[in-house]
Amino acid sequence: MSAPILRTDALGVSYGRVEAVRGASIEMPAGGVVTVIGANGAGKTSLLNAIMGVLPSSGSVAFDGRLLGASPIEERVARGLSLVPEKRELFGSMSVEDNLRLGAWRLGAKAIRTGLADVFARFPRLQERRDQKAGTLSGGERQMLAMGRALMGRPRALMLDEPSLGLAPRIVKDIFHIVGELKETGVSILLVEQNARAALQIADWAYVMELGEIVMQGPAAELANDKRVIESYLGLGRR
Amino acid sequence: MRAASPRLIGLAAVALMGVAPLLPFTPAFWITLAGYAGLSSLVAIGLVLLTGVGGMTSFGQAAFVGFGAYTTAVLTTSFGFSPWATLPVSLLTTGLAALAIGLVTVRLSGHYLPLGTIAWGISFFYLFGNLAALGGYDGIGGIPPIRIGPWDLVDARAIYYLIWLFVLIAVVLSHNLLDSRMGRAIRALRGGGAFAESFGVDTAEAKLVVFVYAGLLAGLSGWLYAHVQRSVSPSPFGLSAGIEYLLMAVLGGSGYVLGGVVGAGVVAVLNDQLQNGLPKLIEGGGNLDAIVFGILLVAALQFARAGLWPMLRRLGPPAAPKSVDLSAPPLPRTPPPDKGAPLLEVEGVSKRFGGLVAVNDVSFSVRGGEIVGLIGPNGAGKSTTFNLLTGVTSATSGAIRFRGERIDRLPARKIAERGIARTFQHVKLVPGMTVLENVAIGAHLRARVGALSSLFRLDRAREAEIIAEAARQIARVGLAEHMHKPAGSLALGQARVAEIARALCLDPALLLLDEPAAGLRFAEKKQLAELLKRLRAEGTSILLVEHDMDFVMTLTDHIVVLDFGAKIAEGAPKIVAESPVVLEAYLGGVE
Amino acid sequence: MSPTILLFLAQDGVMNGAVYALLGVTLVLLFTVTRVIFVAQGAFVAWGALTMAALENGAVPGTALLLVGFGLAAAVVDLLRARGRLSGRRLGLIAGRDIVLPLALLALDTALAPLKPGMAVDVLLTLALIIPMGPLVYRLAFQPLADASVLILFIAAIGVHLAMTGLGLAVFGAEGSRIDPMVAGVVPVGPIVVKLQSFAVLGVTAAVMAGLFVFFERTLLGKALRATAVNRLGARLVGVRVDGAARTAFALAAGIGAVSGVLIGPLTTVAYDTGFLIGLKGFVAAIIAGLASYPLTALAAVAIGLLESYSAFFASAFKEVIVFSIIIPFLLWRSFAHGAPADEEEE
Repeated sequence: MSAPILRTDALGVSYGRVEAVRGASIEMPAGGVVTVIGANGAGKTSLLNAIMGVLPSSGSVAFDGRLLGASPIEERVARGLSLVPEKRELFGSMSVEDNLRLGAWRLGAKAIRTGLADVFARFPRLQERRDQKAGTLSGGERQMLAMGRALMGRPRALMLDEPSLGLAPRIVKDIFHIVGELKETGVSILLVEQNARAALQIADWAYVMELGEIVMQGPAAELANDKRVIESYLGLGRR
Repeated sequence: MRAASPRLIGLAAVALMGVAPLLPFTPAFWITLAGYAGLSSLVAIGLVLLTGVGGMTSFGQAAFVGFGAYTTAVLTTSFGFSPWATLPVSLLTTGLAALAIGLVTVRLSGHYLPLGTIAWGISFFYLFGNLAALGGYDGIGGIPPIRIGPWDLVDARAIYYLIWLFVLIAVVLSHNLLDSRMGRAIRALRGGGAFAESFGVDTAEAKLVVFVYAGLLAGLSGWLYAHVQRSVSPSPFGLSAGIEYLLMAVLGGSGYVLGGVVGAGVVAVLNDQLQNGLPKLIEGGGNLDAIVFGILLVAALQFARAGLWPMLRRLGPPAAPKSVDLSAPPLPRTPPPDKGAPLLEVEGVSKRFGGLVAVNDVSFSVRGGEIVGLIGPNGAGKSTTFNLLTGVTSATSGAIRFRGERIDRLPARKIAERGIARTFQHVKLVPGMTVLENVAIGAHLRARVGALSSLFRLDRAREAEIIAEAARQIARVGLAEHMHKPAGSLALGQARVAEIARALCLDPALLLLDEPAAGLRFAEKKQLAELLKRLRAEGTSILLVEHDMDFVMTLTDHIVVLDFGAKIAEGAPKIVAESPVVLEAYLGGVE
Repeated sequence: MSPTILLFLAQDGVMNGAVYALLGVTLVLLFTVTRVIFVAQGAFVAWGALTMAALENGAVPGTALLLVGFGLAAAVVDLLRARGRLSGRRLGLIAGRDIVLPLALLALDTALAPLKPGMAVDVLLTLALIIPMGPLVYRLAFQPLADASVLILFIAAIGVHLAMTGLGLAVFGAEGSRIDPMVAGVVPVGPIVVKLQSFAVLGVTAAVMAGLFVFFERTLLGKALRATAVNRLGARLVGVRVDGAARTAFALAAGIGAVSGVLIGPLTTVAYDTGFLIGLKGFVAAIIAGLASYPLTALAAVAIGLLESYSAFFASAFKEVIVFSIIIPFLLWRSFAHGAPADEEEE
């Protein structure tokens, strides 16, 4: 595939004495889906937050060939990097439509119009709820809104943090279906998931994270058949 | 041997303060200044308990100083009372005022509370200034000095001793209060304190107690002030004074009784230096203090939110750990329910939030001596069910019975009284309190001893029993070596176990555990499972909400599976594990 | 009790209410963008009036010096915080915004003030001096606390109030001033006469209220600013510069404050501490409206003005007591109706 759009080199995140991420080097090819799987607390969310600039980090992050350094979140957004965080971080007291519009507030009226049409086509549910307050949505709708809001900003690289967390199986299916569709539009996707089975099915390349470190990587299809991965992440465990 | 050191240092400080005024080279105005610092200390100590410890920020404490001062001013000048005779009246007036104002104020939530204190702080200032009986804005003059035997206390030195004697008493009483059953309840208030209700703490009462206590200290300061100053007028009881008292608490360290004293001292010295000591830098004079105090307040919040006292305290030796007397008689116990007898019965319970059905017609039961697991994918309604059982929210329909009695309309506190104890999914320990003190909150209902007796240390026998019980439960869960550490320093796994110890202190017939294994490592999970099995063997019934299937499978006697708010399966672990509906719900088939 | 008196009290109440409304809506503006309950807003009003008064007298206003001081302090804070990791562009921005601009304004004032350039220029100069103070106050006092709870921000605002009141006294002295009316003359309204200036106040209040309402409720830019208070991280993730948003809000607030000062200066004697009491009443109105709604705040402010006016007549001694006590039942109601505010759980 082409040159990576995003690359981290020896990325580290610490909370006081605790190292949540250690020496993480990953690459995100342009136009592909990469997944990072791992157990709860493995450091996956910290990794994404460090890439986005939400958390301070050591090591380096390069986006589109340029080092991001200590640039603030807003600047990374402007360059085309986008994060759908685990907690969604919606504007609860504002309407669904306002949340979406705010996703593209800096791009102008035309971008907002086309963006809204596109998002509503992808998530018909959001169109039905466009006047409802974001805080009153169900879990699945909140996830759709968070993704929709991120897409409104026309990102070149989209990072999704546990998009299936807390969602019913049927909705998880929908969400992954949409991730698959997004892949076709050319946006690069970095997917962090506990639901390893689904993530490996959709991704091209996968990393496995344990206790803050990348311990394994390879083509997703290969990892899905790896004995260790099956044992730790795909089976029901040692029962 | 080194354990006595902090106390020795304290005694040395008191001795120094006692001797200093007698030394020939101590300037007279320093003695006067120290007297004023003492007056403010009384208010600031109360504010520390109210704000830093109890989490209720007040800008209105100066009004209570006014109540104390005006009461004695009116009684001594218009009715010929002697100052000592007015002391109880001043305290009573202030106490009643604080009770009345507190009844309203403590019910305000979040930032509404400090806004409320500003409102009544200003209102009382104008009230003092507009009541003819109080002399209007001119106030009342000619107040007699305090007499001891044949001596009038007019000399700065004599007044100094009287004031600081009261400060010393206030420090001791405040420490006594905080180191008691009620004190722990007050310390749990900060950051909401709702969790304490689950252990039977009446948080509204605890708030009121500390509100009135802080008011009384302010009233005492006012009584002294009136007789030191010999006149009163409204201005020292206005909002600016109230803000200055808060500055003292924040600057000195609003979480510490002695922080109040340190803050009062610093502000008194600064006040003096800014108004008299420094040359008048700016034309107009007398305004430098406001500028400096304002900047100091902001700077303290930005750079040293804990205040000066913890920095000073670190210079001294560490405090001795709280003594534990395991020979203290055990607290009364309730006999556990019969094995196999129905204990908790949930009958067709539903909960709706607006249009959303979070729990839909769920029924299950827990019998004596069994462990029941409540499982389901995220968002299945487990947490809501748990909240219904613990009185955090109430069901839209259906009934919950415990030992045959309906409990679904009871608040958390009443549910605790019936012998149901719980832990929290997001650990709720008070980080600044030791593990021992945190766990002792669990025994709140088993040794009822009031705030008044703790002020004067009449609670020591019961206190020893509470502490011994807490220590026993800590040992039982295997945390004995961490007993005297602040709870904030525990690792997540240990904190979860400490919560179980706190719940056990309630002597529960039923233990409700909310995701006890979340975030635990493999070895820790195994230990937790062992502990829970042991508790079951001892007759405690357990209901646990859990995410981790393996953990639940190996531990429970019976499993209830929720999905989309409804029960989709129930039975022995083996049967549930093989149920196709359960597998579907859990694995989220993405074909 | 004659109808004339009733009418007179009503016009007095509405007038005061309009002024309280100007402060109240500004508090709502600041709270909905920055979560700061800015009790010191009244200082901007007083400074606006006193700056205008100084200029009318041909004197260089003390606020020009204050602005230079604030700018220097902010520059120092920025430099210390950056610890050498400063790009040239950023350094230029700091120098320009925090040092050169205030000095230029000081120079401009020093040059123009003795010439007494007339009311229009005076107003512009006043705005030019007060508006930059808003962002600087935010930078110095609140930006380092931006992640703190509403409560901590509120205590900091109290500190800012103390400092600003003290600074006002230092540069303007304790004497109050009155300034010339923008519009002279009176209009008869039934049996009483009303100053034209009063209508100017009413008009500006209505315009500011409507402007803020439309901007924050109807435009996307306004909503982007509000989003920073609703969810700070969420706002950053859609590319809103949260500190920039807060600075903008404080600049607006300082501007509205200065305009209020210029408007009320001719109607009442303004001293360094006049703003606080006015501000507190605006604040009572904003609280009654839940720190959320512009029209409700304006309405509540007028109600407070009327309440004050009538209680001044019927129970003059207890006027302030009545006005400030009225807030308590509303606070209780809000506590019960809406439960704990979102950030109940302390930092």
